[in-house]
Amino acid sequence: MTDAIETDETVDARNLMCPMPVLAATKAMRLLEPGQVLKVLATDKGALSDIPAWADDNGHDLFISGTEEDAMVFYVRKGADL
Amino acid sequence: MTMELPAPEHVALGEEDVRRIVREEVQRAFSKDPASRRAAIIASKGTLDWAYPPLILATAAAAAGMQTAVFFTFYGLNIIHKDAARKLKVDPVGNPAMPMPVPMPDLVTAMPGMVSLASKMMKSRFAKHNVASIATLLDSARELDVRLIGCQMTIDVFGYSHDDFIDGVEFGGAAAFMSTARRSHVTIFV
Repeated sequence: MTDAIETDETVDARNLMCPMPVLAATKAMRLLEPGQVLKVLATDKGALSDIPAWADDNGHDLFISGTEEDAMVFYVRKGADL
Repeated sequence: MTMELPAPEHVALGEEDVRRIVREEVQRAFSKDPASRRAAIIASKGTLDWAYPPLILATAAAAAGMQTAVFFTFYGLNIIHKDAARKLKVDPVGNPAMPMPVPMPDLVTAMPGMVSLASKMMKSRFAKHNVASIATLLDSARELDVRLIGCQMTIDVFGYSHDDFIDGVEFGGAAAFMSTARRSHVTIFV
């Protein structure tokens, strides 16, 4: 389902617990330009609510979320700087 | 041919419309409010279990795009002390919420060596679940430009010097912190 999505960067936060997935995503997102896409892999169940909230707070667009090999996967397009 | 627009007096706003407009305006005002993008956190406890909440909340706030400051005061100074790895311990005495392998009365948890045992247990359990260490959270906090402020008064009272604290810590007083806090919608005391 998600094979065709072009990503500019991937953060593998599998096995990391709160708040590390969001911190790792933040660090990676800082290096991207608005419009570029970050893929985040996470297994911490908290990420299910944390990543959407984090994306919303920062004006990013979480346009696809799902699962991939026992991990949650989130595709987030960087928004313009707030 | 042009369509006739209804005259303004026929576009009556219902209660729902008024509510929606007010909600949108309030949201717009809040999104422009700089205080909604600032967090001020006080860390006043100096045990390993109490070191986590202020650092987790501070880094999460910074990740959410907020300018974040943590004020370390009283025993909270332990968290930013260079010797934190040794200083931060868990006290099992009078803590009925702490998961124990077997139920233990305070008379047992108060025995010598129990603090060290409880600390080791918590550290190994956290490591097993891949919870970040306090050192890692402090590194992340500094990377995300979280301000770490040591309370000057308690530093003096406890006999510490500025050199006792990790790099990147600034020092200040209650009034300076309150000046930040009053401009922050999020203020948390731990």
